[in-house]
Parts: sequence; structure tokens; C-alpha cells
Amino acid sequence: MAPTSIAFTRDTMLPPELPPASQRGAVKWARENLFSGPLNTILTLLALLVVFLIIKASLPWWLNSVWNASSLGECRAIVAASAGEGATGACWAMIRERWHQFIFGFYPPSEWWRPTLAFGLLFVALAPVLYSGIARLNTMMVGIVGVVLVVVLFLLGTDGLHIGLVAVLMAALTGVARVATPKLILVTLLYPFVGFFLLWGGSVWGPVGVIAGFGIMVLVYNLLQARLGVVMATALGFVAACVWWLALQTTVTTALHSILPWGLEAIDSDQFGGFLLAFTIGVTSISVSLPIGILLALGRRSDMFLIKTLSVGFIEFIRGVPLITMLFTASLLLQYFLPPQTNFDLILRVIILVTLFASAYIAEVIRGGLAALPRGQYEAADALGLDYWQAQRLIIMPQALKISIPGIVSSFIGLFKDTTLVAFVGLMDPLKGVTTIVRADINWKGIYWEPYIFVGAIFFVVCFGMSRYSMYLEKKLKTDHR
Amino acid sequence: MAIASDAPKDFRLSMLIYDTRFRAITIQVIVLLLVLLGVAWLLNNTIANLAAKDKDIDFGFLSARAGYDIGQALIPYTNDSSHFRAALVGLVNTLVLAFFGCVFATILGVVAGVLRLSNNWIVARLMTVYVEMFRNIPLLLWIILAYVILSETLPTTADFRKSAALIADGLPPIATMSFGDTVALTNQGLNVPSPFFTRGLGFINIGDLAISVSFLAVAAVLAVSILVNMGVLRRARVIQEATGDRPVTWWKSLLILIGPVAVLCIAMGLSFDLPVMGKFNFAGGISIDHAFTAMLVALTLYTGAFIAEAVRAGIQAISRGQSEAAFALGLRPNRTMKLIILPQALRVIIPPLISQWLNLTKNTSLGIAVSYLDLRGTLGGITLNQTGRELECMLLMMLIYLIISLIISSLANMYNASMKLKER
Repeated sequence: MAPTSIAFTRDTMLPPELPPASQRGAVKWARENLFSGPLNTILTLLALLVVFLIIKASLPWWLNSVWNASSLGECRAIVAASAGEGATGACWAMIRERWHQFIFGFYPPSEWWRPTLAFGLLFVALAPVLYSGIARLNTMMVGIVGVVLVVVLFLLGTDGLHIGLVAVLMAALTGVARVATPKLILVTLLYPFVGFFLLWGGSVWGPVGVIAGFGIMVLVYNLLQARLGVVMATALGFVAACVWWLALQTTVTTALHSILPWGLEAIDSDQFGGFLLAFTIGVTSISVSLPIGILLALGRRSDMFLIKTLSVGFIEFIRGVPLITMLFTASLLLQYFLPPQTNFDLILRVIILVTLFASAYIAEVIRGGLAALPRGQYEAADALGLDYWQAQRLIIMPQALKISIPGIVSSFIGLFKDTTLVAFVGLMDPLKGVTTIVRADINWKGIYWEPYIFVGAIFFVVCFGMSRYSMYLEKKLKTDHR
Repeated sequence: MAIASDAPKDFRLSMLIYDTRFRAITIQVIVLLLVLLGVAWLLNNTIANLAAKDKDIDFGFLSARAGYDIGQALIPYTNDSSHFRAALVGLVNTLVLAFFGCVFATILGVVAGVLRLSNNWIVARLMTVYVEMFRNIPLLLWIILAYVILSETLPTTADFRKSAALIADGLPPIATMSFGDTVALTNQGLNVPSPFFTRGLGFINIGDLAISVSFLAVAAVLAVSILVNMGVLRRARVIQEATGDRPVTWWKSLLILIGPVAVLCIAMGLSFDLPVMGKFNFAGGISIDHAFTAMLVALTLYTGAFIAEAVRAGIQAISRGQSEAAFALGLRPNRTMKLIILPQALRVIIPPLISQWLNLTKNTSLGIAVSYLDLRGTLGGITLNQTGRELECMLLMMLIYLIISLIISSLANMYNASMKLKER
């Protein structure tokens, strides 16, 4: 019997309806994120007003920018001619004319390739530290630095010979990074000497002599280690190197220089300026203050009363006084503390004091990391029979440093920003030193937004980059499960 | 089975290095010797250098006549005062700047930090821009920029003058005063009204420092009002805990806090000395130097960004379960923040907050960039250059900064200890 009629049965699903208009898309987003309540609506409207006012005040200024002029007055005339009387416009022509002082200070233009190369090599030296053991990233970084370096040198108007030499050098380094990545660490170890030689110039034998001292230390250590043990061999190696540096080096290098007078034109510290100076001080202090900071942090946690007291005293003293007083110590007081008639470079003095200053802060950051480690880690290291330094190197420090990365990097950022303070002891930092010179020029008198925006933007890029890298590193090294 | 052997009885010299029982002593003795040698070397050099320059260490210069003027002197000072007095004026300037900087930066930082976590997309983004911009650009830039803008864009004092020519032409002066003719913003400084009492209670002199009794009276009345108000609030809480209903207190608080002070001020005849354009310059009122304003603005904005980060980190450190539990209890978001999140977050926030206060205090020494005569500007600046006593001035200045830092950090640590979670 066939059914004549059956009740309606749905055999296919209806497509889902869209949510109501107020619950989807931009409207929903705006309702949830901008107008979720009276307070939020007021805040949104206020924020929009602020944004509107900022844009209204500054947009014409940016749009009317002038890039070709020889003085502020000319800039203003061009703006008035193109945008009408009373209009405002940025005068970037000042940057166009004076950018080299902001970057290089009074470094001679024919030698600009040297700091540029040193800056490029810095990244090559950093590559094995930043991306340890990853051949692809290392090669990429060295290769990119090489290409950028050649382009920049060309734009700076360097002569062909130096561009060629740099290209060959960078190609060779890229090859090394590709074929034997671990060997790149040699570049890192040699970088301090290469950088010094490139920046200050002079005879090549000075840096070579210093390296030879380290060579002697290693040689003595290797010869004696088997017979006398690690501690004595290290001590004797150090003594031998000191004898070389203090007593023999000058004689030997002078002799070598008279036979083979190789070198670069010597550049005086007075000629350093702008971001070249900021990077020289910043990079040196950052790289030296980290190991000193680690030692101070270990000293502060040491069981040995004397070591602990000295570390605490040093750290608390440095952290209690402003950096400016340290800089004035470098420029005014160091002459009292050093043997009569010693007169060494102001930049070097400043670097030493800035390094000491930064290392106290880094020591506190690392101490926090050490304190955050569970006791079990120390006890496990002891149970394995590791001695103090082995335990620190293999168990404690890798974990403590990982925890302290954000703090360490923010100390570095602070240090880099603080390099601007060297202006107060007569060095030409980009912010106060150079800008004051530019603003004192009759052509550019009365200009204020442009130089500060330019310098501020460069600082922002560098510091923001560092903080982003630290976030990347934190994520990469994160091993706990959350 | 291994058996622990006894420690060797006979002493050998190599045990000083290889035996852990003696090694610590050896190392400390060596370090002590090295440190003593280093200190001796430094002292020896210093003595030799001082002798070569025919100088000695003598703090007598502190009582000599200073001979320079200080624009912002909050304790009596003339250029006939001693160098010691000048240093004291500088110290007061440092402390005043640090105090106001800390107060404003904390307020700004807390607001910005909370707003940065707001659900409101645009407000959160604006605060992120603010924080990142100020954290990644040197403080010095903000100080100099604030100073340059204040002193180069504001009208000159002469622009405020009604010259005879302008009156003849029937034109107003180029610049006018703001806020109903009470505040004059010139390129020299900010001229604001100063309060004074027509029927004041006079002054008492301590040394040569005159203290206004009227001001003390106002402070005392205010303190009493605050105490009474705390009593009212406590009573309201007792009633709330007993009955569940909280009596309305806001109008009582308002009355108690404002009423007595207002009555006292009226009784003593409070009036304001307005800045008025004189022949050449503004007379009356207080003139606040741009150096101070620029330092205060820059320090507040810069440190505020760091405090905002500390506040944000502190709030985020409180587990989500806490706010979810509060929502489950039916608390609204702002009460959740006030009653549940902030009291717990405070424990996380306070240590970095303290270190930001310390940083701000030390950063006041950047006043050198705008010639703000703080401790570094007087003792470590003009006095040092005039007397040529670098060693004494620097040592004294470092010592004072060190003492300020230690006082702030020990006070803050005490507060921190009292706030700490009490555990078994």
C-alpha cells in the first residue's frame, strides 16, 4: 500500500543564516572594541579627536616638505610660494646638506669607507652570536651585509679600489660562512682589533702586537697546562702576555713599522662624531659590560665574604650615582687617579666609565636571573661532580641568561640611549653636539623639529629593533610548556 | 663500595690552590692584596698629581662667597651667599624636580598602563605608540625639544606690551595672556599667579629661612581633615560589613576635605598676585623658568612610559582566573580592576616602580642640557669651575646623590616589605 501523503520531512540542511547585521563584520568589531559602553565611547571619541588634531596640525607640515634649499629662509620662501602664505613645511634640505655630520661627525670624507666597513663587519661578527650554527642564516646575513656594504660605499663616493677590496673580502667571508660556518667565530674574536684599526687607523702593527700578546698567552698555556695544571698555566700565560704588552711590544712594533710601514691614516678622536661616536661607545660598552656584569653577579652571590662585599659595594655605588657624574669623572677626575703625564684618549676614558656603569646594571639583571633558578639546578650540578666554573658554564648560566634576556636587552637599549650624554664632556654626539653645531649655522638658525625628528628616528629604529630581537630570542629559547 | 677517605693530614703548598677548604681563603687573600695594591696605586697617583698641580684637598671653599646668581632659588640665596648655600639651593632644586616628576610620572604611567590593556582598540593603540615612542628615544632629546619649543615658539615679553604706537593705531598687543589674563606664557618663562594672604599669620624665622605660619596652618587643617575623612570612611566600612549597605559618603568627604581649608583661606584673606605687564617685564606672580618646565615635562613623559610598561606587566602577571572569578561573582570590569586586580598587581608593580623613581631622580642631573641649576649645576658645575676643586666637588656630589638614592630605595624597600604577601 503506497502512502498517499506523508508528513514533510527535511532531507537536506538549510544553509546557515548570517548573524544579524549588528553581530557581524565591522559593526560587531566596532561595537565590541570601540563603543562597548558609555565610558568606552567617550574614550574612543576623545582618542579620535586627539588623532585628528595631531594629523591636522602636522600633515600639511609633512606634505609641504622641502628637500632642495640652501637655508631655512629659502625653505620658507619655497613653502610660502607653493602652499600659500602662512603655510608650514618641513625643511629636510638641512638633513640633505648636513647628514654626514649627523652620521660621521668630522671624519674625513675620503675615509668614510672605514667606519662603514667597520659597521658592516660588526654584523658579520654578530652573525655567529645571533644565529649560532645555522649555516643558512649566517650565509644570508653575511651575504646581505656584503651587498648592502658595496652599494652604500658606492653611494658614499668611495674610490673603486676600496670598493673592490671590500667586495672581495665580503665574498670571501660569505664563502667561509657557507662552507665552514663555525670558523666565522674567528671573525668575532678578531673584530675588536679590526674595528679599532679601521676606525682610528695608524700603524697596523699596534693591533697586531696586541693580538700577538693573546697568542703568547695561549701558547704558554698550551705548553704548561699538562705539567702545571689549569690554574698555574693560566696565571703564567697571563704574566707572559703582560710582559710582552708592557715591556716588549712597543719596541717590536716600532721596529716592524720602520721596516714595513703599513697602516691607514690616523684619525684623531676629535674628528669622531654623530652616530659613529654613539655606535663606537655603545657597541664597545655593550660587548665588554656583559662579561663584567656576569662576573659581578657571580661575585655578589659568592660565599666568599670579601668578594661579595666588594661586588655589592661596587654595584650599589655605581647604581646610586647618575651617569653624568661618571662621565665627569672620566673627563675631570681620571687625570688625578692615573700616573702623572698619562694622557689617554677621551673617548677611551668615556668608554671605560660607561662600561663600568652598564656592567653594574647588567649584574643586577643577571642576579635576578640567577635568583630565579630553582635550587635543584645547583644541587644537580653538584651531584654530577661538576666544579664551580663547569656548573656555571654548562648548567647555571645558560638558564639564568635566558631568563634575563629582556632585562639585559633593555639595559643595552638604555646604554645606547645614554651615549648621547657624552655631549656634556665635550664629545660630539648626534643629539646635542652635532645638532647644536647645525643650529648655530646662520643658514639653519631657528630650525628645531627636523634635526630632532631625524636623530630621534634613527635612535628609535635601532632601539626598537633591539627590543624586537629580544622578543624573538625569548620566543625561540622558550622551552617551558604553557 | 667506595669509602670516603680522610682528608690528608700533612699540609702541602699546592693544597692552597687545589683543596677546596683552602682555595676560598687563597683567592680572597690574593684579591685583598690586589685591591689594596690598586687603592694604594690610585692614592699614590692622586697625591703625586695634587702635589704636581700644587693643590690640596680642602673643603674650605664651601664657606667662600659664591658670587653667581641662581634663577630658581627656593631658599633665600643671593650671590653673596656661600658655595655651601649654593649647593643647598641646587639640592633643593633637584629634590623639587624629582618629587613633582615622580608624582606626575606615576599618575601618567598608571593611567597609560591600564589604558594600554583596555578593550578599546584605538585607545590601546595610542598608548602603545606613546610608550614605544618614549621608551626608544633618548630622554635628552625630549628635554632639549621641550626646552627649544618653549623658548623659541612662545612670544617674547615685549610682544605683550601695549606700546604707544599700538595704542595710537588702536591695535591690540601681538600676544595676549592665557586663562583669563592670569597666566602669561613668554619665551622667558611661565608667569603664573602666586597666592598670598592679606590677613596672614606672619612668618617665623629659623636661621635665615622664613616659614609662613599661614601656610603651616593650612597644612595642619588639611591634615586634620584627611584624618577625619579616614574616620568617616572607616565608619562607612563598619556599617557596610554589619548591614551590607554602604552609606553614601562622597558629599561628606568633599565637605570635610574642602570646607575647613576654604573657611581658613577666606578668613586669612587668600588672594592671588597676578602677573601684570610692567614697563619692561612682568611684575607680580611667580615666574617659572622654562628649564624647570621642560625638565618636568620631559621627565614625566619619559618615565611615565616606563612606569606604564611596569604597570602593564604587573597586571598581566595576575592570572586570568582572578578576573574570571571576579566576573563570576558579578563584579563589573572597573570594580574587578579596583578590588581584585590592582591590589594583587601592586606587589608586582612596586619594585620596578621604585627603580623608575630612582632613575628619574638620577635623570634630573640632565638639567645640564637646559642649564637647570640643580645639584650638578651648582656644586658640580659653576662652583667646580670657579674654585677649580674638581676632586672635592665631584666626591661631595657623588656622595649626596648616593645618599638620596639609598634613602629612596630603603624607604621603598620598607614599604615593599610591608606590602609583601605574608607567608608561613
